[in-house]
Amino acid sequence: MSSARATTTTEQPPAKRRSSRLSLPVVLLGVAGALVLFSLVRVISGANDLTSSGTIGAALSLAVPIGMAGLGGLWAERAGVVNIGLEGMMILGTWGAGWAGYQYGPWTGVLVGVGMGAAGGLLHAIATVTFGVDHIVSGVAINILGLGVTQFLSVTAFEGVRGGGESQSPPIANIREVSLPGIGEPLLELERKHLFLLSDLAGILRGVTVGVSLLTVVAILLLIGSFYVLWRTPFGLRLRACGESPVAAESLGVNVYLMKYIAVIASGGFAGIGGAFLAIVAGNGYREGQTAGRGFIGLAAMIFGNWRPGGLAMGAGLFGYTDALQLRSGVESVHALLLLVGVALLLVAVWLASKQKLVSSAICAVLGAAFLVWYVRTDEVPGDFTTMTPYLATLLVLALASQRLRMPAADGLPYRRGQGG
Amino acid sequence: MSRLEPRKVAMTLAAPVIAIVFAALVTALVLAATGDPVWSTVTTVWDYGSKPRVIALTLNQATTYYLSALAVAIGFRMNLFNIGVDGQYRLAAFAAAVVGTSVSLPKPLHLLVIVLTAMLVGAMWAGVAAVLKVSRGVSEVISTIMLNAIATSLIAFLLSKVATDVAGSNNRGTDPIPESGHFPGIPLIPGSPLDSFGFIIVAVLAGIAYSVVLGRTRFGFDLRATGRSESAAVASGVSVKRMVLLSMLLSGAVAGLVGMPQLLGASYTYSIDFPAGLGFTGIAIALLGRNNAVGMALSAVLFAFLDASSVILDINDISKEIVLIMQGTIVLSVVVAYELVRRYSIAAEQRRVSRELASQGSPEREEVAT
Repeated sequence: MSSARATTTTEQPPAKRRSSRLSLPVVLLGVAGALVLFSLVRVISGANDLTSSGTIGAALSLAVPIGMAGLGGLWAERAGVVNIGLEGMMILGTWGAGWAGYQYGPWTGVLVGVGMGAAGGLLHAIATVTFGVDHIVSGVAINILGLGVTQFLSVTAFEGVRGGGESQSPPIANIREVSLPGIGEPLLELERKHLFLLSDLAGILRGVTVGVSLLTVVAILLLIGSFYVLWRTPFGLRLRACGESPVAAESLGVNVYLMKYIAVIASGGFAGIGGAFLAIVAGNGYREGQTAGRGFIGLAAMIFGNWRPGGLAMGAGLFGYTDALQLRSGVESVHALLLLVGVALLLVAVWLASKQKLVSSAICAVLGAAFLVWYVRTDEVPGDFTTMTPYLATLLVLALASQRLRMPAADGLPYRRGQGG
Repeated sequence: MSRLEPRKVAMTLAAPVIAIVFAALVTALVLAATGDPVWSTVTTVWDYGSKPRVIALTLNQATTYYLSALAVAIGFRMNLFNIGVDGQYRLAAFAAAVVGTSVSLPKPLHLLVIVLTAMLVGAMWAGVAAVLKVSRGVSEVISTIMLNAIATSLIAFLLSKVATDVAGSNNRGTDPIPESGHFPGIPLIPGSPLDSFGFIIVAVLAGIAYSVVLGRTRFGFDLRATGRSESAAVASGVSVKRMVLLSMLLSGAVAGLVGMPQLLGASYTYSIDFPAGLGFTGIAIALLGRNNAVGMALSAVLFAFLDASSVILDINDISKEIVLIMQGTIVLSVVVAYELVRRYSIAAEQRRVSRELASQGSPEREEVAT
């Protein structure tokens, strides 16, 4: 980690500003470009599921748990505490949601899930902030504990209950789904015509406006709310100051310990919501092993997104989307994705070449060509490759862009009250 | 190192003892809360655990754990966090199983080829993280987490290409390694019907090598120096990048050994149910044993004993998951205890020094002390 920090600090300030603050027109242009690319690939490959409302809807609900875990990571790391324990806190969340959900209804389940996750966060805060334990060590321990505690509790709480068992809770009533009225039918008609660009837009719009779980809406509001709180309020400024320079924050009268406690407990709470979403909305009850490493993917999404909420949402969306494609129609759509990645890499190569970055450009061009060859020469992609896509993507982004990523300056460093002297 | 002072020894032992006692208390509380008898559980576990067959089982499991802890500890001493031991040993064991079935060589050579393959593949997989860290500044924590997940998918894919049905079950795995590639078991525990893994010898040798290389060689000194203070190491002419690369490769190579006791001593095939997650147990054990060769051995035995006891708990209708709670609590409380003991010993040292200086009565000295 230290060498990552070294490289980021030697970077010239102008370059940093340019990469982290994209102006609105540039973002919109990028989105539009991506849309055209998707549409083009869909028309060429005939994989209509690429932008169907079903895929987009599924992607959205698969992205929510990842995004919530990532948001948890964001809160903790912005306050300077690395949280590898997200996975364990998420597991606690799934169990809490399962236990309370089947007895007192889904929303109580969500609340208890948040509470359990936050309890995990509290433990992490006690270990890392009060006792100054290495953050990663504490996180690893919490992952072990989360798994152990839930498995143990499941046996006592669910065994012998109707519909439950030692590794699952009884089914939970689902949370209501909402739709924007009057918009679903016309969009569906348009989508079914498979027109260039128009149908894709219709598919995406329908995917995010029809049959969306209320908890998804809550999650999106939390994401926006987190951005507002962390970047637009004095509280958020203080919290982030603890992640950048706790000594400076302390000298200005900020209670650094308190801030870190709040951030890490909130972090656990967000991971808990992610877990509750898995148990209640994605599944219909707690199942052992339900999280399947999503806490780690959430962490990856956050790093992918450069420790910012917008980037985090993009990362979570990307992971959710590849998951959705694979789960829905697997072979065909994922195969079409090869074409998409190939073309996109070639475009990036051209863009890099125009910036005189010839080596990176050549690497991208070769990779892009390889993807195109792969697309032309095969008819399908094995499912195992699709499951590794999100991880591979994160690794690639880290490898290509790690110099541009900037984590909070004091992230993961030990801090004792009064150490500034 | 330094000479053995009783004070120092007590300080070193205090933390793990506090942690284990604390974890035992927490576990007892959980047991009591769920209405299970605490004391009789302890005696049942102890009785069961001291049977020769169970001791042999425990030692076998401890062999695997110990290798995993060694791999993690090499990284720790260098301030590197190799979370990827998990992916490294699984990929290595898979590759070793494939190589083991596809070549036919005389006995010692066959074994050697299999083990070397495993070490090479483990080192390669760790090398990916090392290269990313050295050349692109990617944190090894994140990259090894990603590499773990990628290894899982990669093994699943490759296994589906080469796997055949394992005889007598609906498990699928590689073809069994022929007899010339088996590591013979040794009857270590008298009265046990179960042989111990012969690989325990390799584990012990690895532990000795770890101790000697890190404690007694130039390379080990450079490695520890880099771990303690990167800038000091640079100032004394150590290339940090080279050390990162080397220690990560070494850690990966040892990680490659983790799957070997199981592969060469018991299953002879890499199948879907090959043990997973040993890398994470290794982290816990390295922490508990404080990266010390002997400490880690004791911790490995403790963890393996707890694992073995889960069988008897299950039979006695006590949920065996209590073992996981106990292990997790040990890890968390041991790191907290180490921190507390460290702070306490620093404070005690300061008091001692100021007392000695005060008794000397020299005014300038006193000024320094305060």
